[in-house]
Amino acid sequence: MRAFQALVIVAVLSGAATLAAGVTAMRPVLGIVLPYLALAVFLAGMVARVVWWARSPVPFKITTVCGQQRSLPFLRRQPLESPFTGWQVVGRMALEILLFRSLFRNTRTELTPRKNLAYQPDKLLWAGALAFHWSFLVIILRHLRLFLEPVPRMVGILESVDGFFQLAVPTFLLTDAVIVAALLYLLARRLFNARVRYVSLAADYLALFLLLGIAGTGIAMRYFWKVDLVSVKELALGLVTLRPVLPEGVGAIFFVHLFLVSVLFAYFPFSKLVHMGGVFLSPTRNMANDNRARRHVNPWNHPVPVHTYEEWEEEFHDKLVACGLPLDKE
Amino acid sequence: MKKTPQELLQIEYRPPRREWMDPHVDFEARRGTWSYPAAPKNLEYLGLPNPREWSPTDEDWKLPDDWKEIVHKGFLDLLDRFRSLKVFMDCCVRCGACSDKCHFFIGSGDPKNMPVLRAELLRSVYRKDFTTAGKILGSVAGGRELTLEVIKEWYYYFYQCTECRRCSVFCPYGIDTAEITMMARELLNLLGVNINWVVEPVANCHRTGNHLGIQPHTFKDNIEFLCEELEDVTGIHIEPPINKKGAEILFIVPSADYFADPGIYTFMGYLLLFEHLGLDYTLSAYASEGGNFGLFLSHDTIKRLNYKMYAEAKRLGVKWILGGECGHMWRVVHQYMDTLNGPAGFLEVPRSPITGTVFDNAASTKMVHICEFTADLIHHGKLKLDPSRNDGWKVTFHDSCNPARGMGLLEEPRYILRHVLNELYEMPENTIREQTFCCGGGAGLGNDENMEMRMRGGLPRANAVRHVHEKHGVNILSCICAIDRAVLPTLMEYWVPEVRVAGVHEMVGNALVMEGEKERTTNLRGEPLPGKEA
Ligand code: HEM
Ligand code: SF4
Ligand code: SF4
Repeated sequence: MRAFQALVIVAVLSGAATLAAGVTAMRPVLGIVLPYLALAVFLAGMVARVVWWARSPVPFKITTVCGQQRSLPFLRRQPLESPFTGWQVVGRMALEILLFRSLFRNTRTELTPRKNLAYQPDKLLWAGALAFHWSFLVIILRHLRLFLEPVPRMVGILESVDGFFQLAVPTFLLTDAVIVAALLYLLARRLFNARVRYVSLAADYLALFLLLGIAGTGIAMRYFWKVDLVSVKELALGLVTLRPVLPEGVGAIFFVHLFLVSVLFAYFPFSKLVHMGGVFLSPTRNMANDNRARRHVNPWNHPVPVHTYEEWEEEFHDKLVACGLPLDKE
Repeated sequence: MKKTPQELLQIEYRPPRREWMDPHVDFEARRGTWSYPAAPKNLEYLGLPNPREWSPTDEDWKLPDDWKEIVHKGFLDLLDRFRSLKVFMDCCVRCGACSDKCHFFIGSGDPKNMPVLRAELLRSVYRKDFTTAGKILGSVAGGRELTLEVIKEWYYYFYQCTECRRCSVFCPYGIDTAEITMMARELLNLLGVNINWVVEPVANCHRTGNHLGIQPHTFKDNIEFLCEELEDVTGIHIEPPINKKGAEILFIVPSADYFADPGIYTFMGYLLLFEHLGLDYTLSAYASEGGNFGLFLSHDTIKRLNYKMYAEAKRLGVKWILGGECGHMWRVVHQYMDTLNGPAGFLEVPRSPITGTVFDNAASTKMVHICEFTADLIHHGKLKLDPSRNDGWKVTFHDSCNPARGMGLLEEPRYILRHVLNELYEMPENTIREQTFCCGGGAGLGNDENMEMRMRGGLPRANAVRHVHEKHGVNILSCICAIDRAVLPTLMEYWVPEVRVAGVHEMVGNALVMEGEKERTTNLRGEPLPGKEA
């Protein structure tokens, strides 16, 4: 039901874009106004979100420790699971962000027929998530070809690596297949894993359908309904150089693609996609487990009522005397 | 417990048809899975809001008239003070990696015990009240109206999380549902919706110095009694110093260690160790609690209770503090105390007077874990040990949640155990170290009225113990936590009755060869040693 809601939203959006792309007067809106607007919303929204997070202090150092602490020299430490220095924290964060270290731990809990609990390694989610994110990143970088002139060498290299399998013309790009496969896996998981389906919101499907729509239209343009790349680059360069132009002869499908991208960008700061920024700020991961060695300061550490020794001694005075424990005040 | 283990094991992991956004909880039908509310006298003593008699089964929970506004303002205040809350509210992608990592979910199959949904109970209200999308789109964006039913649901599920942080290990963003539970409990506290098993120990501790409400003369009596027992076993007479000014080290233990079986044997182990070393230390009848149930109530109560440790160290003029075997105590000491109650500039960087080792990992907090202290002693060959005295025990080690995931104290107890006994077997790797499973009774949930949920939550731990029991004949579960020692015996009795529970320093005490001791014929429990049966 929630998946259906999300599907309808993406279908309506795509349909509207297709119709609008057919109307000449709407093309500047789809090709210029909305992309600028979306970018503005994205940038302002993300900055606002990060500033909002950062405005609250981190009152305690609540590292989730996943390995042996640094204590006695003869015990083997695990600096990447229990970082003690700043560099070790950087190492731990790099593993999280680049390789999804924590997700790699994933297991599946099962109650066997003999009523034993078993924990099977379950790396599929890790693989799917990693495949999606990395191919997404590569695809974004490949898009720089459209926005930059001359095309940076790095982008060219990336593309030739990506196109390693020269199976067809135009060169088949590995990431195109990977991102679709990964997104379909993540979607299938949401739909068919009963527990994940139970917790999924419409918003969770929305992100996946939007991305599938974007990837789908992109791939269609490349392999099936080819668009005039020279015109597209003209448009893209116009956007970047703030001298927007709207060349003739760009296919309708391009406008659908661009529109969905705009929607994704504008939606980004108001959705769970902000995890892109949040992952860097997660207090259980981005601090060292050096609590007892270096004091962490809490800016709002307000005074609280306490029960002092003097009050305690007064309250239990007679009993202290009777059992012979020493007193401060006679 | 009315239900048999076989009945309890009929667990359905497939979620029900009913949507989770429906908050209704039938407290009457779910007796045995929730804890009784705080008695008004305890709230009054602590000066906490809305003391009154009430029961979760009542229709009317007697909340303040403006309860909604109180929660809303309280939520804003928490968001202002804790970045963790903001980030954790915003970043969850509902990937479900955490969903089957919680012992309460594994033992009950209740979908709202999946950490992700437990957090969504709060997050849905956050979305509705504090996010653009939620304000406009409501439930389509995952927003949920804050109603009385939601408060009741929070009470049920946020007092069904032991703040063990296992979920946080698996989350790609480190989202810590324990932190979210702590926030929810702060909010519930504003309405006087809290449980007695948390509030009463806090009130006791505030007044007498310890959770159990033991007054100074009884404190002294208890310890003298334990020393008599110890003399029976070893022939050695010990008089531990109490409130002694000018001692080098202040030693603080969880109160259950000098009060209840089997913690008392661990306490005897500490005493023997210090006697063996001739350590210059003192106990305190004022700082007579290492644990801190304030952790399960609010950040303010953490600070209120933990104040005594540094205050007493200062008054007595000691150089540094040594802490006993306790789980949540060490979460507080390691991650909160210095920040809240420090800096402790009046103390010195801890240095073992026996080995000269400087504990620079505790350079600021100035408090050392007894397992760090003892492991160092063993490494330097300062202890005379006879591991064969523990030969009756086939041991496995249970990592307590907080020392494991809160500080990374994993190898120290294992190092000690390997030197004081001969048979140590590890449970399966997904159930120990940073992935360890909770005892099911932490965070104030270890009370009797909550027994069914305790047995369910403890199932993953018990199941792993059963595994090593069947495979290696393990007959004792060793741990470094007072709550473990209080609740695991009941858990074992229910799921693996052949296995008993002990602290690590009980094993140390058994193995220590003391100068001038009589021939030991029994262990610290007074049970015959292997080969010495009469
Ligand atoms: C540093 C950057 C990022 C990190 C470390 C990161 C990490 C993760 C991880 C670990 C997951 C959970 C696994 C999963 O559910 O697939 C996830 C999910 C997701 N991420 Fe990211 N991510 C990042 C950036 C982004 C960006 C830029 C997008 C842009 C679209 C994005 C979109 C998504 C989506 C849609 C999901 C949910 C997949 C699902 O529904 O199952 N992420 N991310
Ligand atoms: S693992 Fe983290 S991101 Fe995934 S559902 Fe759980 S809390 Fe959310
Ligand atoms: S902290 Fe522990 S008890 Fe609480 S939700 Fe996470 S795994 Fe469950």
